[in-house]
Amino acid sequence: MKAIPVEAGLLLAGILFMLGLISVLVRRNIIFMLISVEIMLNAAGLAFIVAGSKWMQPDGQVMFIFILTMAAAEVSVGLALILQIYHQLKTLDSDAANKMNG
Amino acid sequence: MNATFYIASAVAILATIMVITRYNIVHALLYLVVSFLAIAVVFYILGAPFIAALEVIVYAGAIVVLIIFVIMMLNLKKESVEQEEKWITKKVWVGPVILCTILLVELVYILATSDETVIQDKEVDSKAVGMALYGPYVIGVELCGLLLMAGIVGAYHLGRQKKKVVHRFLEKEEE
Repeated sequence: MKAIPVEAGLLLAGILFMLGLISVLVRRNIIFMLISVEIMLNAAGLAFIVAGSKWMQPDGQVMFIFILTMAAAEVSVGLALILQIYHQLKTLDSDAANKMNG
Repeated sequence: MNATFYIASAVAILATIMVITRYNIVHALLYLVVSFLAIAVVFYILGAPFIAALEVIVYAGAIVVLIIFVIMMLNLKKESVEQEEKWITKKVWVGPVILCTILLVELVYILATSDETVIQDKEVDSKAVGMALYGPYVIGVELCGLLLMAGIVGAYHLGRQKKKVVHRFLEKEEE
């Protein structure tokens, strides 16, 4: 059984992060932007897990749990904001939010 | 073990590409579930079974279901898909894709020129994670609790007005 190189894991994390970043930059729909941020957070967590299993330490997994908590809190607040924006502006266009004026 | 890692990685990347190219949000979310499950398999192969379970439960379970519920509340029609098709033109996506691909190629170059190191084929079990979590990282756990509390209060405060409207609407429907 051959071991997996660390570079392959980090490359997977990099590719997933890049895909999320492209989606954040390209999309105008705020729900899609939120989904893309989730993809990016997950890729960052994957890099932590790869590093943690490289050194056989639990610290990487602990960091992933913290990232998971942060993602859960972020998505709940983000979805509440999306509901408010859709309620007030009747659109999911992120550009329309500059008309809110506080 | 090696082949399963690469197959799961390929599935994760393909599913993520499908997520970022869909026009319909629900289709994108279903592909997102596939992507998260593939990444959970990767976690399991890398020797983190506890994190693999958390990935399935929290990401593929809780977070995606939360987003699906919000989409159901928004009641998006076919127009939103057409709007999305209008927004994503070739002129819009070419620039970011080229720039991000350049960054990725640089990352590949850096990883390819570094010395190859391998991951040991031994798992870090949930007991070790728990000992670390409630040992040196206990202050982080408390801060996480605080963050989740702030998230709940913030979501309630921000979503309150909308919730009332939905409630009244449902009552009207029932009459």
